[in-house]
Amino acid sequence: MNLLHLFNRNRSAPVARDRLQVLLAHERALGGRADLAAVLEKEILEVIARHIPVDRDKVRVELERGDHVSTLAIDIEMPETTVARG
Amino acid sequence: MSKVMVVTSGKGGVGKTTSSAALGAALAQAGQSVVLVDFDVGLRNLDLILGAERRVVFDLVNVVQGDAKLPQALIRDKRVETLHLLPASQTRDKDALTAEGVERVIGELRERFDWIVCDSPAGIEKGATLAMRHADLAVVVANPEVSSVRDSDRIIGMLDSKTRRAEAGEKMEKHLLLTRYDAGRAARGEMMKVEDVLEILAIPLLGVVSESPDVLTASNLGFPVTLHNPAAPAARAYSLAARKLLGEEVRAEPAGKRGLMSRLFGRRAAA
Repeated sequence: MNLLHLFNRNRSAPVARDRLQVLLAHERALGGRADLAAVLEKEILEVIARHIPVDRDKVRVELERGDHVSTLAIDIEMPETTVARG
Repeated sequence: MSKVMVVTSGKGGVGKTTSSAALGAALAQAGQSVVLVDFDVGLRNLDLILGAERRVVFDLVNVVQGDAKLPQALIRDKRVETLHLLPASQTRDKDALTAEGVERVIGELRERFDWIVCDSPAGIEKGATLAMRHADLAVVVANPEVSSVRDSDRIIGMLDSKTRRAEAGEKMEKHLLLTRYDAGRAARGEMMKVEDVLEILAIPLLGVVSESPDVLTASNLGFPVTLHNPAAPAARAYSLAARKLLGEEVRAEPAGKRGLMSRLFGRRAAA
């Protein structure tokens, strides 16, 4: 370890530590149960399917887990006809 | 024509996941559409190496069991848009993957991607056999160390007997990727040379990746090493290996920086 290393601003270890802390906090909270995002996706789709036909192939789900806030985006393609009717 | 490639080793900790991520990223950087499939059910890590751990919603087991559609489980890389991940599940259920389910998913992936890279779990149990089952070619990752080479030999035996290709009497293409290599130590006779390992395992060489601090840095940051620092020796070795997989005729670079001693006493590490 030389001085250059000590003052190297591109240290990657803190990034590794932060990533693991966020990830493990989520995984420990789950304790093997289904992810809330998966449960939400399933139930949201069930509600929507009561009103319009949902093609499961045209549903996109994106999740971004943050330190404080997580976002779940569910993108459902609605057929032209159903939108017009609504 | 899609290709299913298994990255396997038998022994754990030799660099399967690092190599899967780096080879997959290098293939994607070369313009191929690639999906990395993590078969290590219960101990997923490819998501972490790719920096996609915060974005996992569904996984391979969900798709195999029909709880999610394939497009919902695929995670597209934010840096290379032709690179995708199908993560493993964290379930402890050993029987979560079925042979029929895996066959169906691999079939669906073949319709979407040029390359399906299957990151095998360590060991010779069900997970490892399912990961290699549908492979068209295999990358055997080994370290120049006795237990790793021995386990690689067992895995080569399984590739030649337990895969669909082998059972159909077809040729199973196998390539050796030697990782954690130290050309200096090999030159001093402290480590088996590339030639030694090649002679023992008797499969063609895909590449030699030197022991390198860049690999740890890249995984700390959640980048495949070929994306983090393409100029790093490890990244160049993986990119070269990817070009070989694409059928290019490439000359291997010597593995690692060679010190005075290795220049004086060593032979070229990779012929």
